[in-house]
Amino acid sequence: MVNSAFELAEATTPILHDLNLEIPAGQITVVIGPSGSGKSSLLRLLNRLDIASSGTVSFQGVDVTGIEPRTLRRDVGMVFQRPTVFDGTCAENLRVGDPDLTDAGLVTLFERVGLDPELIQRDARTLSGGEAQRLCLARTLATTPSVLLLDEPTSALDSDSVHVIEHFVRSFVDDGGTAVWVSHDRAQVKRMADHLVQVVDGTIADSGAHDAMGHVHDDDNLWLDSTGTAPFTNTPPSDPPAEGPAT
Amino acid sequence: MSEADIGLLGMAGATLLVAVAIGVSVWQQLGLERSLIWAAARAGVQLVAVGFALRLALDERTPLFVAGIWLIAMIGFAMWTAGNRAPEVPGMPMLAGMAFTAAAVISLGVLFGLGVYDLNARTVIPLGGMVIGNSISATVLVARRIIDEFQTRRDEVEARLALGLSANDAARPYLRSAIRTALIPQIETTKAVGIVFLPGAMVGLILAGTDPQDAVLVQAAVMYMILGSVATTTTVIALGLGRRLFTDDDRLIRLAQPDQPG
Repeated sequence: MVNSAFELAEATTPILHDLNLEIPAGQITVVIGPSGSGKSSLLRLLNRLDIASSGTVSFQGVDVTGIEPRTLRRDVGMVFQRPTVFDGTCAENLRVGDPDLTDAGLVTLFERVGLDPELIQRDARTLSGGEAQRLCLARTLATTPSVLLLDEPTSALDSDSVHVIEHFVRSFVDDGGTAVWVSHDRAQVKRMADHLVQVVDGTIADSGAHDAMGHVHDDDNLWLDSTGTAPFTNTPPSDPPAEGPAT
Repeated sequence: MSEADIGLLGMAGATLLVAVAIGVSVWQQLGLERSLIWAAARAGVQLVAVGFALRLALDERTPLFVAGIWLIAMIGFAMWTAGNRAPEVPGMPMLAGMAFTAAAVISLGVLFGLGVYDLNARTVIPLGGMVIGNSISATVLVARRIIDEFQTRRDEVEARLALGLSANDAARPYLRSAIRTALIPQIETTKAVGIVFLPGAMVGLILAGTDPQDAVLVQAAVMYMILGSVATTTTVIALGLGRRLFTDDDRLIRLAQPDQPG
């Protein structure tokens, strides 16, 4: 039985080198490291937006180069740092992920990410940043992925949206999914990580169960924002709202 | 002497208009005097040279293959021009060559296939010239627009790929937008013809003594040919470039755009 979602063996790209790593299935793996260290590049290897020039990347025990890219990407969904909505309504955005989505299916996806279904026919470009990112998450879910790759999806969002997305991802994993989440936010990592991967200078500096890697929280240099000068802050309220989003 | 036979004196008179342009440049301190003189002199020399060449090529006894060679030479020069005007577009000369060839084959194929014009060197060369010459701007415009779209909206294209779309499907909205942008000027020109301006071919025929009704029919055929040619070249460029911007496994290649920090 395979209990790793991904295995990387000596994987190397122009930005990353000699990556040896196992990403467990059914957990939230949080990738941390300084800006420019290669965290986003690592995620892009996992859904084949980039490929390794040497070494291998395997998904569920199969080399990703042997998996049809479109099939892999529908099963390994990705949410980018900046919300990337497409021209058109919210419904049209979701149907890029699944052209056969019914109206009921649209409502279900909206509810899963805590968006008001009344927004479904709204022009997606008019959404707020938090709403747009939740729309992007819903669009990714339209392909029914078993893995979510999250590239700092909450770094520019309001605290309510951060909480909704965190809550959703935890539910997604509790339901058997796998999440790989890049984060700069120390508080968020403490809340969300089951497993930690530390990337430094384009390679894996450390990885393991979060419980066994408490030392990373003591290293202030790991938690600087993209300017490299100030601690990253984007902490939502500690108390969850009375009504969480439907999952 | 026909209306078209202006002679050297007439030519000299027309150059007075270049002097007007130079005068405007001096008066408004535009600093374009040297450019105007160079452009006018160069155009004069080029036209005289091409006039001699055309006299040989358009002779009724000239075999058709000479027209074919002329056409190939025009396509070659247009490829070079398009490549120079859009150096940021990968493989532009080759793409432009495919586009101009497709436009020439389709447009000339229809015109000669349907017997609109007689097939001989006298018709192939000027019509081919109009097809290719009038397509250059649209070809360059669509190619540059596509590169710009894929640079500024790279995130969107990759988000579509990440949803499991094929490269063709992910690129389609941006290619479509670029083709529309490149076609609209030609559509507007076609709509305005005869009302806002009288196009060169028609004016040339009228000055050469052709009946205006006949000149109008020739011009209409030419306008439709150009419209079809521009549509063909922009589509070929979009399809070809759309393919070049992706790898075989549906990844978007790196363009001149800084990487996102990771």
